[in-house]
Amino acid sequence: MPTTFALPLVRLSVEQYRRIVAHCYFGLPDEACGLLAGPVLGAEATGLITEVYPAVNADASSRTYTVDGRDYLRASRDAEARGDEIIGVWHSHTHTDAYPSPTDVRQAVDPMWLYVIVSLRDEVPVFRAFRIRDAQVAECQVELIGASSSL
Amino acid sequence: MAVEVRLPTLLRTHTDGAGSLQVNGATVGEVFAEVVEAHPGLKGQLVDDAGSLHKFVNVYLNDDDIRYLDGLDTKVGENDVISILPAVAGGS
Ligand SMILES: [Zn+2]
Repeated sequence: MPTTFALPLVRLSVEQYRRIVAHCYFGLPDEACGLLAGPVLGAEATGLITEVYPAVNADASSRTYTVDGRDYLRASRDAEARGDEIIGVWHSHTHTDAYPSPTDVRQAVDPMWLYVIVSLRDEVPVFRAFRIRDAQVAECQVELIGASSSL
Repeated sequence: MAVEVRLPTLLRTHTDGAGSLQVNGATVGEVFAEVVEAHPGLKGQLVDDAGSLHKFVNVYLNDDDIRYLDGLDTKVGENDVISILPAVAGGS
């Protein structure tokens, strides 16, 4: 289905990518989660990731996650101090595809946000980014800054 | 007494894009009533129909979750900062 909303190119550094994936492995056997910061232009995230904030999964579950509220508060203060905003969240799928589950779609917070999902099901982690709007999912391209090829 | 209310991007569509508001009130509940009065689009987003804090919203007075203080009755003072953050959750 064609999407009617704009999809930013998600850009992050190799180091940020590694921190996200490492936090996901570190969280095993539970799902891991964290927040993404970046600039907002108008009412839209540009797609540039300027900081990543690993957070505690308050659910401590292999099937669900809830970003710890205090971690979110700290992350949002830090992001705003840099002149950026929290523009998305990442979490791991320990045994399923890197694609938003019905729960992810139903609980999606903010139509402006980026939703990064890291699947640890296979030997090589799969890292994908999405927008979720009005229960519709659309995938964003991801580019690693400083890497020779995009994901 | 004026306190600062900080809003997540999600709620700024109702405040003409403003992420920070200066609001008067003696308790968090009074402050929220004032916020909704000035920005009617926020009605139902902070406090539910039963008058309780919306369950998908976390509210911090400075560093403390107001659910562990006195909830909407939590007293606020000059230079306090109230941060409103949506609950961020999902699953596999
Ligand atoms: Zn998920």
